[in-house]
Amino acid sequence: MKLPRFDYEAPATVAEAVELLAAHEDQASVLAGGQSLIPLLALRLARPAVLIDINGLGELSGVSVTDGFVTIGALTREFAAEESATVADAVPLLAAALPLIGHEAIRSRGTIGGSMAHADPAAELPAVARALDAEFVVRGQSGDRVIPAAEWFEGYLTTSRRSDEILLEVRFPAVMPGTGVAFQEIARRHGDFAIVGLAASLTLDDGAIGDARLAFAGLADVPVRAAEAEAFLVGQRPSAGLFEEAARRATAGLDPPADLHGSSEYRKKIAATLVRRGLQAAARNAGERQ
Amino acid sequence: MTDIAMTVNGATRTGSVEARKTLADFLRDDLDLTGTHVGCEHGVCGACTVIVDGRAVRSCLMLAVQAAGSEVTTIEGLAPDGALGTLQQAMWDSHSFQCGFCTPGFVMQASAFLSAHPDADEQQIRAALSGNLCRCTGYQSIIDGVLLAARRSRAGISEGISEG
Repeated sequence: MKLPRFDYEAPATVAEAVELLAAHEDQASVLAGGQSLIPLLALRLARPAVLIDINGLGELSGVSVTDGFVTIGALTREFAAEESATVADAVPLLAAALPLIGHEAIRSRGTIGGSMAHADPAAELPAVARALDAEFVVRGQSGDRVIPAAEWFEGYLTTSRRSDEILLEVRFPAVMPGTGVAFQEIARRHGDFAIVGLAASLTLDDGAIGDARLAFAGLADVPVRAAEAEAFLVGQRPSAGLFEEAARRATAGLDPPADLHGSSEYRKKIAATLVRRGLQAAARNAGERQ
Repeated sequence: MTDIAMTVNGATRTGSVEARKTLADFLRDDLDLTGTHVGCEHGVCGACTVIVDGRAVRSCLMLAVQAAGSEVTTIEGLAPDGALGTLQQAMWDSHSFQCGFCTPGFVMQASAFLSAHPDADEQQIRAALSGNLCRCTGYQSIIDGVLLAARRSRAGISEGISEG
């Protein structure tokens, strides 16, 4: 359908954007890449009175490295992050997930911050953020806040960003030596939202697992960490039997939602398979990266 | 209404639009460039794909006001003098299309992709075209056409070779 009417604001500075957000509160939506918001408008699933288009805020684009963190501006396009040598070197898990987002033409416009702020629990980037304990920097009239990923994703399409705040950047810890990563997902077609996705990271220290991270997409209303399985893996040596047991532990307590793409049981079974595959791939990747 | 100006197929074009008008509707309704097709109008089918500042984008998911100041190429801009380019000729030769509704989207997406990845293999081409839907061909002939275009470009053959 054609888009419904809305007032359109295109602030030239972050300060102006913050003022506009404060003035319109929950009547306004922030327009970044528009690859989720415009469909929501077309389908009348969202009816904001005002769109605040932040595409003119060039200062929110770019990738930089400081003090062991890779900082990605909220307006950085997904294709730009995909092509970034810094992202490939220092946040390989993000680099592995980016090509799986939608399609070429979606990644031309879609932004890192937009995907994180939209917070679709089946999307790739929220799972990566949760796996890596990324931090979200927002600015409102009362100042800046830094929100850890564990507190950022609050529910289906819901984050802890207040309606008067704008997401400025996402900070990812730079990868530790000896780390291997994998992003695995099952989707009906290339580019579809995953039925289940998994972000996996393993750090090996003299052949033993020093750090393990597993975060699922598509299994709940937020991305889900498999904390018990992660703790179980630490201190052990990678093996098929170990990963089998990790898969059992990672999925034991899960009760995923059912929809036309898959039953709850099916999702749980896929999740276990992805843990096995993801850990094997991450362990291989750790060897390759050394 | 907002006054906008952009470069479309090499020429400066202007208009006065409501903020809610998509780039696709601006191209079709205001500029009479009806080669850009509007299918689903919510970013699923890829029929409205055009090239904005060198990248393939879905023109139904971009507002016309957001394209102000940009350089836009539509299907009409690929063969301005009426002669088919390498990609178009290769797709013609491969019988890549049937009803033609999805055609402009596929051609624009493939054009942008081959410009950036002239050495692409079949798997990469399939991934690049995964966001475009075709309900007639079964896709095989489309992939064949793009692969043929890539081969011809690499071999330096710019002229079309009719195999029919």
